[in-house]
Amino acid sequence: MQELGMAEQGSIRVSRKDDNVVVIEKDLATEEMLLSMGPQHPSTHGVLKLECMTDGEVVTSAEPYLGYLHRCFEKHCEVVDYPGIVPYTDRMDYLTGMNNEWAYCIAVEKLLDIEIPRRVEFIRVMVSELNRIASHLVAIGTYGIDLGAFTPFLFCFRDREHILNLLEWASGARMLYNYVWIGGVAFDIPADFNKRVKEFVDYFRPKVVELYKLLTENEIFVKRTKGIGIMPADVAINYAWSGPMLRGSGVKWDLRRNDPYSVYPELDFNVPVPDGKFSDVGDCLSRHLVRALEMEESLNIIEQCISKMPGSEGFNPRSAVPKRVRPKAGEVYARAENPRGELGFYIQSDGKTTKPLRCKARSSCFVNLSAMKDLSKGQLIPDLVAIIGSIDIVLGEVDR
Amino acid sequence: MEEGRVLPQSVQQSAAAYAVIREQFGSAVSDFDANETMPFFEVLEAAKWPDIALFMRDHPKLKFNYMACLSGVDYQAEEQLGIVCNLESLGEFPHRIAVKVKCPRDGGSIPTAAYVWHTANWHEREAYDMFGMQFTGHPDLRRILCPEDWEGFPLRKDYRVQESYHGIKVPY
Repeated sequence: MQELGMAEQGSIRVSRKDDNVVVIEKDLATEEMLLSMGPQHPSTHGVLKLECMTDGEVVTSAEPYLGYLHRCFEKHCEVVDYPGIVPYTDRMDYLTGMNNEWAYCIAVEKLLDIEIPRRVEFIRVMVSELNRIASHLVAIGTYGIDLGAFTPFLFCFRDREHILNLLEWASGARMLYNYVWIGGVAFDIPADFNKRVKEFVDYFRPKVVELYKLLTENEIFVKRTKGIGIMPADVAINYAWSGPMLRGSGVKWDLRRNDPYSVYPELDFNVPVPDGKFSDVGDCLSRHLVRALEMEESLNIIEQCISKMPGSEGFNPRSAVPKRVRPKAGEVYARAENPRGELGFYIQSDGKTTKPLRCKARSSCFVNLSAMKDLSKGQLIPDLVAIIGSIDIVLGEVDR
Repeated sequence: MEEGRVLPQSVQQSAAAYAVIREQFGSAVSDFDANETMPFFEVLEAAKWPDIALFMRDHPKLKFNYMACLSGVDYQAEEQLGIVCNLESLGEFPHRIAVKVKCPRDGGSIPTAAYVWHTANWHEREAYDMFGMQFTGHPDLRRILCPEDWEGFPLRKDYRVQESYHGIKVPY
């Protein structure tokens, strides 16, 4: 915009656009209004309060208030022994129980320095990847609802139901599993489990494509998300974003690849990163796209697990489970790639008791949400909904 | 460290990174603890922590651009509180290291690192909320998980929960 000579006189600003249209703007600054979004607002995905200062439809600042679901996970850990903490981790991010348990078990196993049977590792990878798909389905489905698309939500939950049935068959519970134990798993998978999982994979592959057509390529959806809430890669790293959020900003970083654990080095899968053709790198659409593409990679991993898994002859899922967990004195920080990013556990053991001296959960949602204030500045109120949805928070994990 | 023991590659990388920091800051940092689960060093002069943090983030051989975690810890026996920061270099170098900073238990304070890594902002608020150490220079040091008017700091080892909160009996 080219400024004319008489610009900035009092509260009137005159400028000329490129096509020679003279624009006269009066100082229209309205009174700022405080708008409280939540704790019971449907688009905050739980109980999160956003205190927004708004200038008309524009959000000038949004301050998140959390803690409504704070259940003192870390305080509980001080009085519960190591295996007893596993069920608590389920209740942090209740959509991905398997992944949470596994991350915690990796940390304790590092302290104990024990060898895990190979079949157990493959079972863990398989149930976690199934759980990852289930979690992404909820993320994508509810994101659609946030932006006014109701049908994809029903489709996602229909398919998620198959996964929950499979995991219920293996562990006995639908969401809070207590299946991955320190040193092993609670039970071996049922006899025909792999066959059923293969059936699910074959069933689900076309459904992913269907979901692309229904939601990802939907013009209304693209217009609501493309170019909204752009996060540059270096800022994302400085905010310690992880998982699909970080990859959405174009950083190819996946703990399964970059800090490999379990049997992931043997498995062949891609780390999807947006290339900027369909979406603007770092925007809400990129983050959604990464989740959608990751589901297909998870399907590939599951298929490889089925073919590579050692047989069940003479297999005892609890053979490496220690009778009494009392690690030597020391500290550990171990993490795993959860559907929402890096879930890390910092554990401090004094070597004398069967309870940890300190157990801290580094929650991926908590860290991802901390960028909300910067991300929301200058956005429209409806876009704020799109941004929160794209962060894919689970308040159970934010507040722990 | 035992003589002649071969360290794993990851610990060797951390040790190499530590050597660069030691060269710059000398006695402000402690010796390197080369354990296998979480190699760390301690900042002995807490006032130098922001300088060390900035040095670690920006030095061309270190580039610790990613703060994975910051945990508050109560060292009751030593009458101290502290933080443990897990740092790594994302996409630049394969090394990672943990840094500990401690302060006195009563009225202690640690300089903030929130201007070096944005993510430290909320982590430090959480550590303050749970342990009660001050972070000097922090842009917005308020409680984050507990209510604003909660009494005491829950994760201290000698914490006693308050009797009632707004007329509600708390211990059950």
